[in-house]
Amino acid sequence: MLRFTKDHEWVRLDGRIATVGITDHAQTALGDVVFVDLPEPGREVSEAEACAVVESVKAASDVYAPLAGRITEHNAALSDDPALVNSDPVGSGWFFKMELADPAAFDALMDAAAYDALVETL
Amino acid sequence: MNAILPAALSRFAALSDHDAFIARHIAPSPADQAAMLRAIGCDSLEQMSARTVPAAIMGADLSAIPAAANEAEVLAELAGLAARNRSDILSLIGQGYHNTHVPPVILRNVLENPGWYTAYTPYQAEIAQGRLEALVTFQTLISDLTALPVANASLLDEATAVAEAVALAHAAHKGKSDTLLVAADLHPQTLAVIRTRAEPVGITVVVAEPEAIVGACAAQKPFALVLQYPGTTGQLRDLRAEIAAVHDAGGLAVVAADPLALCLLTPPGEMGADIAVGSTQRFGVPMGYGGPHAGYMAVREPLKRLLPGRLVGVSLDAAGRPAMRLALQTREQHIRREKATSNICTAQVLLAVMAAMYAVWHGPEGLRRIAERTRLAAAMLAEAARRMGIVPLHDTVFDTVALPMGDRAEPLMQAALTRGINLRRIDDTTVAITTDETVTEAVIARLVDALAEVAGVAAPAMDSLSAPGPLALSRDSAFCTAAVFHSHRSEHGMLRYLKRLEDRDVALNRSMIPLGSCTMKLNATAQMMPITLPGFANMHPFAPADQASGYRILVERLSAWLCAATGFAAVSLQPNAGSQGEYAGLLAIRAWHFARGDRQRDVCLIPSSAHGTNPASAVMAGMRVIVVGCDTDGNVDLADLAAKAAHNADRLAALMVTYPSTHGVFEEGIREACAIIHAHGGQVYMDGANMNAQVGLTSPAAIGADVCHLNLHKTFCIPHGGGGPGVGPIGVAAHLAPHLPNHPCLADAGPETGYGPVSAAPYGSAAILPIPYAYIRLMGPEGLRQATQVAILSANYMAHRLAAHYPILYRGAQGMVAHECILDCRDFQVDTGILVEDIAKRLQDYGFHAPTMSWPVTGTLMIEPTESEPLAELDRFCDAMIAIRGEIARIESGALARADNPLKNAPHTAAEVTASLWPHGYTREEAAFPLPYLRAQKYWPPVKRVDNVHGDRNLVCTCAPLEAYAAAAE
Repeated sequence: MLRFTKDHEWVRLDGRIATVGITDHAQTALGDVVFVDLPEPGREVSEAEACAVVESVKAASDVYAPLAGRITEHNAALSDDPALVNSDPVGSGWFFKMELADPAAFDALMDAAAYDALVETL
Repeated sequence: MNAILPAALSRFAALSDHDAFIARHIAPSPADQAAMLRAIGCDSLEQMSARTVPAAIMGADLSAIPAAANEAEVLAELAGLAARNRSDILSLIGQGYHNTHVPPVILRNVLENPGWYTAYTPYQAEIAQGRLEALVTFQTLISDLTALPVANASLLDEATAVAEAVALAHAAHKGKSDTLLVAADLHPQTLAVIRTRAEPVGITVVVAEPEAIVGACAAQKPFALVLQYPGTTGQLRDLRAEIAAVHDAGGLAVVAADPLALCLLTPPGEMGADIAVGSTQRFGVPMGYGGPHAGYMAVREPLKRLLPGRLVGVSLDAAGRPAMRLALQTREQHIRREKATSNICTAQVLLAVMAAMYAVWHGPEGLRRIAERTRLAAAMLAEAARRMGIVPLHDTVFDTVALPMGDRAEPLMQAALTRGINLRRIDDTTVAITTDETVTEAVIARLVDALAEVAGVAAPAMDSLSAPGPLALSRDSAFCTAAVFHSHRSEHGMLRYLKRLEDRDVALNRSMIPLGSCTMKLNATAQMMPITLPGFANMHPFAPADQASGYRILVERLSAWLCAATGFAAVSLQPNAGSQGEYAGLLAIRAWHFARGDRQRDVCLIPSSAHGTNPASAVMAGMRVIVVGCDTDGNVDLADLAAKAAHNADRLAALMVTYPSTHGVFEEGIREACAIIHAHGGQVYMDGANMNAQVGLTSPAAIGADVCHLNLHKTFCIPHGGGGPGVGPIGVAAHLAPHLPNHPCLADAGPETGYGPVSAAPYGSAAILPIPYAYIRLMGPEGLRQATQVAILSANYMAHRLAAHYPILYRGAQGMVAHECILDCRDFQVDTGILVEDIAKRLQDYGFHAPTMSWPVTGTLMIEPTESEPLAELDRFCDAMIAIRGEIARIESGALARADNPLKNAPHTAAEVTASLWPHGYTREEAAFPLPYLRAQKYWPPVKRVDNVHGDRNLVCTCAPLEAYAAAAE
């Protein structure tokens, strides 16, 4: 089950490990992604800390840690093929994985209905 | 009989034409103006002005500006000033500035050619392929010379390039250290600029003597080490140990290197440097009393996304052919705003093109020969000195011989001056001689003679001097291996190559460039001619002040006239770009607060509609940016401004505001906005980008601002140069005058109480100051005011003609726009799929450069016609826009397909239109000749639409055979 943030990230939880990417809405708004800068594994991040950057030819956006924790892995495939963010944003276009400090906090994030409602207002 | 005829003199006066230039500059004739006024429903320029400019701010006093003089008079006046500069004295001062022979074929066909100097920044890549190719050549030259893979398309000067490198290294280091280590043998002006830039952002500068650098790296753990190569006193040392030491400490190595020296010396990249910077001035660009010249920067691959400034990359066009465009623009301030590493907008394109073409003209063998000759001249001087008992400070040198003279330093300076040569006085006892490509055997003989006189011994015979042995740090790697550096050796070959590149581009000598906020007005020939006079071009910035009295008078007068135009008390001409002006102005505000003990004032309010440079500059000045909203009419939201000013009253430093607004409107509430800021202890910075709507009608002082910058390359006629040079002086109210920039190498270039230099040279890009001087002299106060009025008239006329076809987004209280207007193109997308970019590219088929695209509002076009476009040209552009609207209507009606129409496929190349295969649902004629005027004046875009995405995903920014990229794409 996916959860969402107001900054247009999606989060999938597997045990304590959360996988994070940007939403389909976000990739559409950015246009063709040309570069993704990802956090190094081992980095401790706090909730809402900017830890990745996604760039199209006309915009650059920070990507934030949805919750506090430690980065465990990043998607190395994106450096060779940033277009994965456009073609498969919630699948092979994931950004990074992190071990959550408090997995229970995951449930407080937006569900799909709440996120869709947010996008409607934009 | 004579009594009833007028006296000859009064008759002569009646026939004279001192103000003749005004009607050359302001293109619409009085009859045209009357017709334009009728069209917009006004009786006179005065009535129109009263409807446009709020009454509360109306009025300006230009009486300090003399009455107009004609071209012959102004050319003579400037020739007189040039003649007062002692360019007949040869300056062998060095310190980053060198004599050079500008190849005449480049002088006339690039520097003096409006096809190159009147072009805009190459945002519209398809119609800028010529200078983009020249810039890729520049990047290749720099990358080769430095042995670092990614070079940008130039920076403002060497000192600011070093400062940019420091900022880059600090950002790359991500705040783990705030200590910068700098070698003591850096050029003094570079060190001074570093100090100015470091303090507001909390960087501590530690200076170390060369022998102490390795130890200091270990002890200080700096985020970067800055080295000069060769050192400012000429020392040539192997930098590998120092670079290794800073790497061991976790920092980056920045090397400021002389590109001519790199033709012979081991390049910084091969010694492990992460960043190389410098100036390409000595590659055929006149010293010009300090500028403009092209600075450069090259970096290792992993740092490329932090590179400041423009970067040109090779991509593909829609037909799969190689095409160039600006790459990785998301690095830049106009996207990243306060998160940008740098506020830099412009480059020094014209000068970078000259330097690149100098290398194309000479080729690697020629460059090496020039470098060898320069080195030999220095070696001969060193040996002669040694034989006369004066032992130079350094054993091996490239071009600079530092001589310990004891108490004979001043006598040597005088002995050289008697022989027509300026040397550099490094300190009380040391004199340096720096050789260059212009130094002949005769010059060497004069210097040897001067040394002999001071040493009191016989001069060694010139033919007894021996040639130096091989360099310990000699360069083994090849450079300039690309074909372009080997293909244009004959003058005919070069002439035609330059012409071929020029012809690919749209510049003002082809058609109007209606870019909003850019003021692409006339750059008159008479304004341009003086800049290449030897008296202006061949002056060293650190020549003795009494040799530069022509420049001094020019600076004094121009400063006084700019004070009149702004209503301010003092002006600094030092900032060599608008972004530099912003930075310099904010530092003045900061220094004023500090002087009053208000060190905590660091909040800068910036409207959401501001240029991206504003927030980037504020961050560099140590300020925190708080964004103020705009209302639905595009005006600054005064309630939001008041709330945020009050909320931050204790910390409020400044408001940065553009006037007329970036939306092209004279906002009624501007004085109230300024009053709110002052009431809470802040200062108002006015961005002068739109000054062309103010001169003579109102002024920054009249709206209530405390400081502003002026883009002399907009309002005051310096050409855009295809993407630089710009000049961005600042004007300040009296209370800020003690806080202007100054300069360590020229005492009266700023107030003693100033905060240091922001540019390498005391008067920035002094060589092009004759252009605004000439413009102001040619126009006089009446002409300047009229120019502003006709600029506003032209914008309102175009808004009037286009309003029936495109909604006009913002207007002032009485329905008037200022000097520019915004066309809303957002609705087309839903019905037809047409984006504003499609309209911009289609305009290329009509022979026009697009207006400003998607700024300040996404999906819109902003048009600024200026006063110097003839009515016929304004109409021709309107006709093109209306015809394009007709094409969009045919998509709406279904007569043209959404996916296959002249807009989506624009621009159309000659190759495409004449190809045997024509697969489109409209005719070739509709593609290429949609309006009759095109039969007489057709510009063919050389490439189809450039693929930005491909270029940014596959970054290539140096020359290889272009076919290589095409092959890779297939």
